Amino acid sequence: MSVVTAVEGRAIPLGRANVDTDIIIPAAHLKTVAREGLGRFAFETIRAEPGNVFDDPAHAGAPILIAGDNFGCGSSREHAVWAMLDLGIKAVIAPGFSDIFSSNAFKNGLVAVALPQAEVDRLMDVAKDQPIRVDLETMIVSTPYQDRFAFDLDPFRRDCLMRGLDEIGLTLESEAAIAAYEARPGADLLQPAVPD
Amino acid sequence: MSNRPRTLYEKIWDAHVVERRDDGTCLIYVDRHLVHEVTSPQAFDGLRAAGRRVRRPDLTLAVPDHNLATTRRVDADGARLPIADPASRAQLEALERNVAEFGIPYIDDLAAAQGIVHVVGPEQGFTLPGTILVCGDSHTASHGALGALAFGIGTSELEHVLATQTLQLRQSKTLEIRVDGTLGFGVAPKDLILHLIGRIGTAGGTGHVIEYRGSTFAGMSIEGRLTIANMSIEAGARSGLFAPDETTFAYLKGRPMAPKGADWERALAWWRTLPTDDGAAFDRSVRIDASDVAPSVTWGTSPEDVVAVTGSIPDPERHADPAKRAAARNSLDYMGLAAGTRMEDVAVSHVFIGSCTNSRIEDLRAAAEVLRARKIHEGISLALVVPGSGLVKRQAEAEGLDRIFIEAGFEWREPGCSMCLAMNPDKVPPGARCASTSNRNFVGRQGPGARTHLLSPAMAAAAAVKGRLADVRELVG
Repeated sequence: MSVVTAVEGRAIPLGRANVDTDIIIPAAHLKTVAREGLGRFAFETIRAEPGNVFDDPAHAGAPILIAGDNFGCGSSREHAVWAMLDLGIKAVIAPGFSDIFSSNAFKNGLVAVALPQAEVDRLMDVAKDQPIRVDLETMIVSTPYQDRFAFDLDPFRRDCLMRGLDEIGLTLESEAAIAAYEARPGADLLQPAVPD
Repeated sequence: MSNRPRTLYEKIWDAHVVERRDDGTCLIYVDRHLVHEVTSPQAFDGLRAAGRRVRRPDLTLAVPDHNLATTRRVDADGARLPIADPASRAQLEALERNVAEFGIPYIDDLAAAQGIVHVVGPEQGFTLPGTILVCGDSHTASHGALGALAFGIGTSELEHVLATQTLQLRQSKTLEIRVDGTLGFGVAPKDLILHLIGRIGTAGGTGHVIEYRGSTFAGMSIEGRLTIANMSIEAGARSGLFAPDETTFAYLKGRPMAPKGADWERALAWWRTLPTDDGAAFDRSVRIDASDVAPSVTWGTSPEDVVAVTGSIPDPERHADPAKRAAARNSLDYMGLAAGTRMEDVAVSHVFIGSCTNSRIEDLRAAAEVLRARKIHEGISLALVVPGSGLVKRQAEAEGLDRIFIEAGFEWREPGCSMCLAMNPDKVPPGARCASTSNRNFVGRQGPGARTHLLSPAMAAAAAVKGRLADVRELVG
């Protein structure tokens, strides 16, 4: 995974609550065996609406998305994260995220930042004409207007993001512990029986 | 280990910690991994690119479900018919190559045991109490019905499990959902879970594992518990658990992949130690009285948009929060409905009985009971029954349920995910309205522009007979 220490630039003020994974990427586009190329389908039902924020030239190429509460609810499809990255989005700010979405986001270097609704509302306003900065080092979201909003990030996730760690490689360093766990007394009980 | 009273979730978690990091993250062992064709190809590619193997193919089980057509899969000579859509076919072929290359047990699309992963796992006894079970699908929560800590994972996590049989996780908070009493006449487990989601909202369980407790759940069948646990994710919770009990053990005994003989007795002894200890604390608790639950339907595009079928569509203007008001307005606009409309006045053109929520034998029996000696309404252009697995289909046919559905005007199909998410040819056309036993009424979920009303199997059957959303209590009893 590539190193992420900060994301800075224009932000798309989407601002809807309960943006589900079918909105981010409809199931019809999950029939791919690749991670790439999903950006053109991302948020397609919203992008079909006239005057939508994604097609506003002011936000062209924006690396940040600002959304309402419970972003990414629904399916476990990591395609949602791949589609957003393919669209050029590197950070998403919302009052809250579904558990599976935030896990998927972090594994792909998409920074998911949770802030209180009032601060998200303020950023929605700023995003109309100014850039926003998400800094993982200081754990602060800032604006040119001197807004400074502190956020929390799971320390393990933050460390993996900032060092670009390969989580599987990291876990494989625990091979001895995994093997010992598999050899514990009673482990055989969890072996699936072979069907007759 | 201290003698502090622990919840079912804490006991399963504690038993699976391989390593604990200083920052609170734990390396957690995974006992069971179900794999399907949609979310796995990129994970297998990742393994190949890194030169990694599957650590425990013996703890893994693969079955295709999302892309499969529900029409005949073999021709008159018994030869396999290919999937027409090239992208769907490519995903199935990728799964077949991957399971062969990595040595993973596989139930193929023509096998009698094939079905939706979340129907197959319990049915085969692959899902067991006290295990940690994962799958690249959010409805993995279903398996919590049997007392397995089961949750959906993304493709990166899927690759991590294939390579290491573990996940790096932090412990969740616990949410007790306590329901006591008897569900009323005509009220199904689906109505109860819809009622609950309507009450706590789609983010109500975020960050939590639910444990369903109380006399209502204790008296519920495994099929009913599977419906409830399945939709835990619609309440925001990645997992929903039921304590294993005699109902669980009776369901599992003799299943093909469940322990046998002396192993069965050893497993039973362990499973009996799993239920939450008296005095164990939950982070949050919600109580519902079973007698408050009515046959329920959704009116909008979020599973929390729930009302009793006898009710009306709520007014978006009732929300003080402008974001909620706007969301409700958008929902009604998409659904082509107006505030104040009685749910029983909403006409439907499509009916879907199926999905990992409601495609098991009891679901089909409940729907057939309503349809016996009745015909679907002339306004219904398509009514589908898609059994959850080949074994459910076979059982239903042995009971004559297929005849009841077909004589009523339903199509009796082959097992798969089907019209729940429309990755196969089963789609609801743009603007059409479907009474569906599935789990999500999201915009475009059943096809672009499709409008979905979630309800129970018996309520879906009632809607088929009436050609509109209808109170099943007027048709039975």
